[in-house]
Amino acid sequence: MSAVLNKRNIIILFVLVSLVFPLITTNTYLIHVMTLAFIWMIGVYGLNLLAGYTGYLSLAHAGFFAIGAYGLGILTVKAHMSFWLAFVLSLLITGLLGLIVGLIALRSKEHFFAIYTLCLGYIIYLVIDKWESLTEGVRGLIGIPAPQGFGPIKFETEKSHYYLVLFFLLLVILVMYRIVHSLSGRSFIAIRNSEDLALTIGISTARNKLTVFVLSTLFAGLSGALYASFVRFIGPDIGNTAVIFDMLTYLIVGGIGTLTGPLIGTLLVIWLSQLLQDFQQYRMLIFGPLLTLLVIFYPRGIVGGVTDIYRKRMAKKEKQLAGKKDSYIQSDLGAKNQVKEG
Amino acid sequence: MIFLETKNLTKKFGGNVAVNNVDFTVEKGKINAIIGPNGAGKSTFFNLISGFHSPSSGQVIFKGQDITKLPSNKIAELGVARTFQTTNLFDQATVLDNVIVGHRLRTKSNLFDAILRTSRLKREEEQCREKAMEVLEFVGLEHLAGKLAGGLTQEEKKRTAFALALATDPEIVFLDEPAGGVNPSETDGLAELMQKMVDKGITVCLIEHKMQMIMRIAHKIMVLNYGEKIAEGRPDEIRNNETVIKAYLGGSASA
Amino acid sequence: MDILIQQLFNGLTIGSVYALVALGLTLVYGILHIPNFAHGALYMMGGYITLTMMTKFGLHYWIAIFVSIIVVGFIGVLMERLVFHPLRESPPIQDKIAAIGILLFLEAFAQYTWGAEYQSMPSPYGQVVEVFGLTLTMQRILIVVAAVIVMILLNLFLRKTYTGSTIIAMSQNREGANLVGINTTRVAMLTFMISGGLAAIAASISAPINLVFPGMGQLVILKAFVIIILGGMGSIPGAIVGGYIIGFSESLGATYISNDYKDIIAFFILVIILTVKPTGLFSKGGH
Ligand SMILES: Nc1ncnc2c1ncn2[C@@H]1O[C@H](COP(=O)(O)OP(=O)(O)OP(=O)(O)O)[C@@H](O)[C@H]1O
Ligand SMILES: [Mg+2]
Repeated sequence: MSAVLNKRNIIILFVLVSLVFPLITTNTYLIHVMTLAFIWMIGVYGLNLLAGYTGYLSLAHAGFFAIGAYGLGILTVKAHMSFWLAFVLSLLITGLLGLIVGLIALRSKEHFFAIYTLCLGYIIYLVIDKWESLTEGVRGLIGIPAPQGFGPIKFETEKSHYYLVLFFLLLVILVMYRIVHSLSGRSFIAIRNSEDLALTIGISTARNKLTVFVLSTLFAGLSGALYASFVRFIGPDIGNTAVIFDMLTYLIVGGIGTLTGPLIGTLLVIWLSQLLQDFQQYRMLIFGPLLTLLVIFYPRGIVGGVTDIYRKRMAKKEKQLAGKKDSYIQSDLGAKNQVKEG
Repeated sequence: MIFLETKNLTKKFGGNVAVNNVDFTVEKGKINAIIGPNGAGKSTFFNLISGFHSPSSGQVIFKGQDITKLPSNKIAELGVARTFQTTNLFDQATVLDNVIVGHRLRTKSNLFDAILRTSRLKREEEQCREKAMEVLEFVGLEHLAGKLAGGLTQEEKKRTAFALALATDPEIVFLDEPAGGVNPSETDGLAELMQKMVDKGITVCLIEHKMQMIMRIAHKIMVLNYGEKIAEGRPDEIRNNETVIKAYLGGSASA
Repeated sequence: MDILIQQLFNGLTIGSVYALVALGLTLVYGILHIPNFAHGALYMMGGYITLTMMTKFGLHYWIAIFVSIIVVGFIGVLMERLVFHPLRESPPIQDKIAAIGILLFLEAFAQYTWGAEYQSMPSPYGQVVEVFGLTLTMQRILIVVAAVIVMILLNLFLRKTYTGSTIIAMSQNREGANLVGINTTRVAMLTFMISGGLAAIAASISAPINLVFPGMGQLVILKAFVIIILGGMGSIPGAIVGGYIIGFSESLGATYISNDYKDIIAFFILVIILTVKPTGLFSKGGH
């Protein structure tokens, strides 16, 4: 049964369902929530690429999300630039800042990196909050335009916006899928496993980590720019640490270091939060302990947990099959393996 | 030309001199061994050669090129591979997946190739996969290619680590206690494997505590004690060397 | 000139609070090598428990603080037992995420139980006094004096008692401590207990001049991290000196540079430190 649930099929299923979703519901609220979920997924993929595949937990990504959002907001509202030019520029700005930050931050490791990025995220938040002449401070930026249409295609309705965001999400998934399944992806995973070992097999860890860092900030920036154009009002709060902790929750619930984790985790947590209604502001009463428990018992989230169960079952089956063929030798090996696994 | 040599190689950790003024030459196409009591500085010596630590003073010269200041990954590109005393494989991946990435350094495809799935990437992926299968076959693990590394025995892990090192197409491999935690009959198998590497033209340099094995397969042995080279020579010379015997009997001998 | 002295005294006050928080953080780091991201939440809980004891149960300030120390210390021990102990062999990214989970839970818990509003803590030491021509509140003097006393007591405990010296021994060499028969599990629990207690004290003495609210620990913990990186992760004197350095730079920065950006100063210091030395100041050599 689980064989049907491999990552390829989950993604295909997701694409199909998300394509028809606006056609089967007329409830614009549902479409609104779904669009927001897609936007977050893009940011969560950014976080996943870095934390999940190279092992570097960045807590500055809410900051990069905010830079993408404010980049678009300021360039359109204050500099009156055309939407798509501002969009591209805001991504470039995020990527450039990502490059500068990465050059410095990636010199440190593990705890230092996490603390460093947490503080950096706070600096970004504080600058947005206080630099009123540029960002309007706590008043926030109002009147960010919706994306410009292409010919007959307009992005003014919820539905059309939904498809625009979906387009970018699918692009991100495609890019992620290809990276993870390439030699570059293998290098990243080697770095996560052991940086020392990666170095001895000739992988330039510094360059690879920087590439991943910049790309992951780009995803965060893209997510932010889409958010700004969708919600059309932004305040400094989007750069708050609460945002990165939400993104982290989506990622951990779904499965860090897995391709479909961000999809599943974000959908699940966002829809569960919707169900909580008035209780939503206390959602961390549930998700906080959930985060901790998952890390202890299922460190790779739902996706990782399911994969492990499936793998164990397959291994058992294989053993049984092999056992019938050559019972003497295999049972001996099997016993040995069980001891190792136990 | 000398294949690989160290000149006055020294490493201090604070006040502790882990490697002290060591001159050593590796003989090409042979099995070279480094022995010495625990904490003698053997692993540190390897770390200096492979660029993990930068020496406090001294030089490492590989085929006439000074590699003292090169970063580890560049040294690997030149054809110097190594394994660690504790094998750190990626347990959740298969043996094959663990080894494939070992050939990454001989490929050129970058992130754009990955995103666009260019033909170069596909070709190089194939090349890495073939290389991985070739070295797995060489170390005798092809039947375990699809198994998770976490489920391997200690000896199989050691072989996988060899395979990973060999996948980098090295001219010389440094093996840190390749037979540590492995039973005697398996040790013989690993010794055979090292011999096989040499037969294939790869120079081997290893650290070991298992004297019998060293005495049998090594062509040349260097003995370290408290970071200093106290002897160097053929196995029979080392076996009868007074200083060595004293170091082993007096120190924390563990052979 | 008056302003300068006033600000120096403010720096001393803030620095004392930071030093207490950083001490708890650095003790835990020294023993378990985990950066406890949930430490700020312990600080916050300390503030609320003291406040509740005073307002709901009518306890005296000092007794309320005592209860708070016990309760928060106990929360710390629970954290160690239920979360960090099971995770001690896991990859380093996991204990950080687990700590963040606890932090999120405790903040939501505080908001649920006590509400999101800022609350002020009544203190019996509201009066204003004149010392050497300076106008100071008793509470601020109390903060400085209490912090110094706590630090001295902690130091005596760590240096002069057997239990205390096991903590030092374990932070210097974990395996060694295990070998010489120190019960590492007990030491870890004790360290968390002290760490929580210190956070509770810091919150309780500073709350009357600040405010109590669910997010009150967020900035403090960030700065405490900067402090222990500044002073050397795991170093006790480093945490104290670092605490006062950050306290002084902030209060002076607020006056002479910009009050809006005073909270950035600490992070700016951190960025500079890690840019120059990515493994933190005073880290041991090698790799
Ligand atoms: N990164 C480091 N920082 C500080 N000291 C170190 C470091 N690495 C090694 N040392 C010290 O250097 C000395 C030599 O250690 P090394 O690991 O090289 O010994 P070894 O000969 O490999 O021992 P073994 O046989 O036990 O593996 C030891 O005293 C060790 O404590
Ligand atoms: Mg060694």
